[in-house]
Amino acid sequence: MQVTIKEASKLLKDKKISSIELTSEYLERIDSVESNLRALVTVTGEQALEQARKADEVIAAGKNGPLTGIPIVIKDNMCTRGVRTTCSSKMLENFIPPYDATVVEKLNAAGMVMVGKSNLDEFAMGSSTENSALFTTRNPWDTDRVPGGSSGGSAVAVAAGEAVCAVGSDTGGSIRQPAGFCSVVGMKPTYGRVSRYGLVAFASSLDQIGPLTQDVTDCALLMNAIAGYDQRDSTSIPEPVPDYTKSLKTDLKGMRLGVPKEYYVEGMQSGVSDAIQTALKKLEELGAVIEETSLPHTPYALAVYYIIAPSEASANLARYDGVKYGYSYEGDTMWESLEKTRENGFGPEVKRRIMLGTYALSAGYYDAWYLKAQKVRTLIRREFDAAFEKYDALITPTSPTVPFRIGEKMDDPLAMYLSDICTLPVNIAGVPGISIPAGFSEGLPVGMQVIGKPFGEEAMLLIAYAYEQATEWHKRRAEV
Amino acid sequence: MKISREEVLHIARLARIALNEKEITRLSEQLSNLLDNFEILQRVNTDNVPPTAQSVDLQSVTRDDDVTPSFPPEDILANAPRRDEDCFRVKPVLE
Repeated sequence: MQVTIKEASKLLKDKKISSIELTSEYLERIDSVESNLRALVTVTGEQALEQARKADEVIAAGKNGPLTGIPIVIKDNMCTRGVRTTCSSKMLENFIPPYDATVVEKLNAAGMVMVGKSNLDEFAMGSSTENSALFTTRNPWDTDRVPGGSSGGSAVAVAAGEAVCAVGSDTGGSIRQPAGFCSVVGMKPTYGRVSRYGLVAFASSLDQIGPLTQDVTDCALLMNAIAGYDQRDSTSIPEPVPDYTKSLKTDLKGMRLGVPKEYYVEGMQSGVSDAIQTALKKLEELGAVIEETSLPHTPYALAVYYIIAPSEASANLARYDGVKYGYSYEGDTMWESLEKTRENGFGPEVKRRIMLGTYALSAGYYDAWYLKAQKVRTLIRREFDAAFEKYDALITPTSPTVPFRIGEKMDDPLAMYLSDICTLPVNIAGVPGISIPAGFSEGLPVGMQVIGKPFGEEAMLLIAYAYEQATEWHKRRAEV
Repeated sequence: MKISREEVLHIARLARIALNEKEITRLSEQLSNLLDNFEILQRVNTDNVPPTAQSVDLQSVTRDDDVTPSFPPEDILANAPRRDEDCFRVKPVLE
């Protein structure tokens, strides 16, 4: 059984199935595919059945909402009270948070059933889940290939029917790129739209939580539950949350869409650009006006990102000192304990980024690297602002390639970083982006990215929905 | 942009991460290579361009100073690697 939120909600409401039955089916599915795919760090079977029992009471009382009783997976960098939250790092392998992230609180309040916590690149640093210190997750479309990352576990859980939907986090593409690689829908909302309280910090000015779902309708339903102001996140925006499902229409008449030419980078696979060309024709048929446009500072986005994100990470990860929680090495002196804790607790990519960020922030290099990157960030933002005066949204591929082979890019950090080339600028500018299934190249998924204006999630979802309804890609399932 | 062995050791000390010989060599190569690629930033004219620290136009966010319960000490100390009564236990900072 693989149902969407909307379908499951109807089955539950009509009493065709109970949440206990639905949850049990998903737990069985997890049991049968996990040895092969390894999407989940922790399966929370007992707690899930307890949550399902409560959901059934809510349903019996007729007080259910659209998400009541629906199995979900949560990326293992969001704090869940009493359930270990590892960030797929040795540093937090046994960390049990004393509180829930705001998003988790909201999903609990909506009556959702958490069936597990999903694997990620350690501390969300990576594009393939290969940087997980625990294990690598496999792509259900080809298990020799990566699922993308860092929210690879969440994307696989949705694609392989281990949960109805999932949440992930996206700092430079970590929701959208794995969504594209696994042929599911993944959205990074506008920075400030969803509270980051309880999300283990990676790069605070770029991190944002968002949904991974089987279709655009489910994405809107999940956004309705998680978006909104939170006093505990000082960067969350005090704006009312619209009902995102109301924006789902199939007519794109009058919509103006820009196609930034700089996104068609060297190294883009022809199978990917062909699929996007075909998708653009479809959008045109639906009534949209499509124009090529230019965002000339795009080629600098990679450098800007890989200065700013590691700099922020180096400060955020200074908290892992082996004193308050997490892995701890007991040396002879305080400094030895601290340095060995961090040597043994962090994996190679996390160390690399802490080192890069520490360098960019250090005396003598701050102006040349960090401050320079922040200034170019301003230019990239301005370019998006200017583009959105002409266009309702921008259309790009989600990633320049289809899923690559496990191990292929592990020895070359730069090659790995390039797989986020189309998604990074969106975080730099703080605007929203969504990846939707847009076809296949040699049997492997291709994602299309729709980039929206700040707080323009509704127009973005409309475009995504209209395209989805005119195509069949989202209905294809990986055979597991 | 060459990041020497000495520079790697200096950064590692600032970041308080111990490194083995293999890591020092590899990080020297990898950081040099990455920064070479990021040199293109220096080509961008940023005269009179202000820096962006974050994309939200909020300034000096405040909230009401409401009194709310704090976490119980037991909850916070539950994850402590070493504890001594209601304190985290650490090695002496000053000898």
